[in-house]
Amino acid sequence: MFRNQYDSDVTVWSPQGRLHQVEYAMEAVKLGSATIGLKNKQFAILIALKRAVSELSAYQKKIIPIDEHIGISISGLTADARMLSRFMRTECLNHRYSHDAPMPVGRLITLVGNKMQICTQRYDKRPLGVGLLVAGYDDQGPHIYQTCPSANYFDCRAMAIGARSQSARTYLEKHLTKFVDCDLQELVAHGLRALRDTLPNEVDLNTKNVSIAIVGPKTPLRIVDETELSRFLALVEGEERRGGHGASASATGDSGPPVDRDDAGDDRDPQVAVAMETE
Amino acid sequence: MAFMGDIMNPAPLWNNGPSPGAFFNFPGNTSVVTSSNHSVQEFRAHSQSPITTTTTVIGLKYDKGVVIAADTLGSYGSLARFRDCPRVMKVNDLILLGSGGDYADFQYLKDIIEQKIIDEQCIGDGLQLKPRSLHCWLTRVLYNKRSKMDPLWNNYVVAGIQDGEPFLGTVDKLGTAYEDSIIATGLGAHMATPLLRNALQAGNIDEQSAKALVRKCMEVLFYRDARSFPRYQLGVVTADGVTIDDVAEIKHDWSLAHMIKML
Repeated sequence: MFRNQYDSDVTVWSPQGRLHQVEYAMEAVKLGSATIGLKNKQFAILIALKRAVSELSAYQKKIIPIDEHIGISISGLTADARMLSRFMRTECLNHRYSHDAPMPVGRLITLVGNKMQICTQRYDKRPLGVGLLVAGYDDQGPHIYQTCPSANYFDCRAMAIGARSQSARTYLEKHLTKFVDCDLQELVAHGLRALRDTLPNEVDLNTKNVSIAIVGPKTPLRIVDETELSRFLALVEGEERRGGHGASASATGDSGPPVDRDDAGDDRDPQVAVAMETE
Repeated sequence: MAFMGDIMNPAPLWNNGPSPGAFFNFPGNTSVVTSSNHSVQEFRAHSQSPITTTTTVIGLKYDKGVVIAADTLGSYGSLARFRDCPRVMKVNDLILLGSGGDYADFQYLKDIIEQKIIDEQCIGDGLQLKPRSLHCWLTRVLYNKRSKMDPLWNNYVVAGIQDGEPFLGTVDKLGTAYEDSIIATGLGAHMATPLLRNALQAGNIDEQSAKALVRKCMEVLFYRDARSFPRYQLGVVTADGVTIDDVAEIKHDWSLAHMIKML
């Protein structure tokens, strides 16, 4: 039943000093579709790839507005993300009520981190199976934060999470120095190129499967509508795509691209990269 | 035994003075500060009137900052009981806070605000509480207390720099809050406000004239407010930070007093 002797409970350590349940939760993030966050001097943006469960269903929403100045993009268990987003919305509203000011982004993330840590230390709870990219704007400028099920959070200049997101991170790392000084159009174009690198060859970005959110000074968070979305998509349309996507994803060690999950079998649990003592 | 007078009907102890045991005239409390008006079980009712009180706070906004001033007297009813009750406090580099009303309630909230600032510094993200946030927070706290029928008996004046602009606001014990470029609480609301308004109608003023104007108001209030005191604090907040001057003393001159006939 268990892959490991020491993974039955979040509170049980493995002899190597690891918490397997927490690491499995980290794998849940990689099952969600890819999403990207990046910022320049003024703006923070989120770009997400949406998936439809079937031909008959609509594309699943990936970007959730939290407040006028904060939005999140999710990867992993949507239900867990909804619980977290409700918490974040409540905190932002309470801060506005008591202090007549928007919640500083860093402080909100600290609260979220503290909330997520609790369930990594109690036997009757499970870690949240969702990773967030938080884009926000406050007195200290634009922010991109990443949160993990392990309750770690990171202040990022750019980040990508989700399925096959390693390709996007490779792109972001390569162009990292350009983001700070480029304008909003170029920033979105960089984000779209990074997101396109996570796609298999036969799929391309379109107005249905892409979602973009922008926040900045005097720019309340907005999820861009279809007309603006197609204008942004036109920025990268027809550009040559970097080759060998399936290959590049596996070569960089990104696990479990969900597109070929079906042929891998049903009971393929996420695997921790390092060998376990019981296997 | 005639020298003993009429023992059964003694003459009054003194004329035209307070009756023995009724030395202090508490506002809103007709006779004495004893439990006679409240039964012991009604302990909550004790907070429905202040004990050690302070009087006016004056706040004045000028082009680059805000001045606030308040004297240092803690009155026990009509008795000038405590002579060194500082009630202009530096909250952080952006905010000055002044309080009038019950001094103990001010000290209680002062400790909470100071802890709030320490907690914020411990976060260490470099963000500072802003005056509008504190003003809003005070409104919530005071309104909440009054809704429990247990108000903090204070008038607060929040002065500060909000995103580079001067800010001046006030909250009373009921949680009523407003912002203005001129604020005076207590008796000063009746006597200092017109003086400040007249001076401000002439146009924007600089720090020097703002300070001089507030000092003039403190002097007028000292002469006319029976709960005031010649020693007062004056604080200024600008973009450069908060300064609270050493306690200043009004040089008083009562040589005109005999010309005033009380009818």
